[in-house]
Amino acid sequence: MNIASSGLRLLSCTAALALSLSVAAQTKDPNAEFEKFRAEMEESNPAELFEVKGEELWKARRGPKNVSLAESCDLGQGVGKVEAAYVKMPRYFADADAVMDAERRIVWCMVEKQGFKFDDIAKKPFQGGNDNNAPEITNLVTYVASGSRNMKFDIPLGDPKVRDAFETGKAMAAYRAGPYDFSCNTCHGVDGKRIRMQNLPNLATPEGAIKGVQGWPGYRMTGGVMLTSQWRMNDCFRQQRFPEPKYASQTITNLLTYMSGNSNGQMYKGPGIKR
Amino acid sequence: MADPMKIRAQLKGDVTEIRVLMGHAMETGQRKDAAGATVPAHFIQSMTVDVGGKRVVDGQIGTSVSRNPVFGFKMKGAKVGDKVVVSWVDNKGDKRSDEAAVA
Repeated sequence: MNIASSGLRLLSCTAALALSLSVAAQTKDPNAEFEKFRAEMEESNPAELFEVKGEELWKARRGPKNVSLAESCDLGQGVGKVEAAYVKMPRYFADADAVMDAERRIVWCMVEKQGFKFDDIAKKPFQGGNDNNAPEITNLVTYVASGSRNMKFDIPLGDPKVRDAFETGKAMAAYRAGPYDFSCNTCHGVDGKRIRMQNLPNLATPEGAIKGVQGWPGYRMTGGVMLTSQWRMNDCFRQQRFPEPKYASQTITNLLTYMSGNSNGQMYKGPGIKR
Repeated sequence: MADPMKIRAQLKGDVTEIRVLMGHAMETGQRKDAAGATVPAHFIQSMTVDVGGKRVVDGQIGTSVSRNPVFGFKMKGAKVGDKVVVSWVDNKGDKRSDEAAVA
């Protein structure tokens, strides 16, 4: 009896302690400390190392056709022009007759202009946790993205084909399915949601959408790997327990058109850093 | 060959802030790859920083430092235009040296 009651007292004491701790934690923004760390890291973002490699790849004559992307690849701003290209993609490319995001467009150039095989690029398109180096395509995307540092998103939504991709992406974001029967919008379609410590942006608003595309391509401090928004979108499907789309598919372009399009007018800070 | 470093050195008041970003795998030798084989250790063992021809840092680092590490130093006595030379040597004998000027 005595033992039981003292056990009970201990229990209630622990409960009170836990309660006071949670009150204390709530008074401080849980992200504030990490934001300070991120600001510090942004000054010396390892993404720059990948930028440098991407620039070399962009300018080097490579592939079976021995041409450089700098002299053959049009990202929408003229052949070889990287400046402001990233914040204006996805866009419609007449030569490919498709709306393409940056990564998809660079892959298209590597295949069509340099003569690389798509299957070879798609075999290992993203850096794994045990890989010391990012794939070439990741370095290229990082370099192209760096050309849009501190520029505002300006996706040409007036173009009917881009608008079409935008609307498809919007519908996909609202599409509920999978074993858990939820859509992107279940978590990312309203303000103020979070998963554990992660605040979830509302992708339907410009302020929310920019949080979704900001920082990609990004250097993940966990594992020290460089990853692109193509990888990030694929990971959304994985988290949703969906089959993951094929590499550089139209599906991802549509979703990126929706997210980037909603970010129009918002500042892109360039390749970022993630925890 | 090893990847180039990014070095920034900025004079603020009388203090120069030097930030160095190194591209290196920094393998601890503790990890295993997908096939279960140990990934051999590969890490920077020593690094030096010279400012204006004078050695200001001569240090040893090891496997507790992350991949692609960033180092920050603050020092007094440097002038704008002083040459900052950072060098490292890893456990495989690979080395790299890069330089920048104090701005």
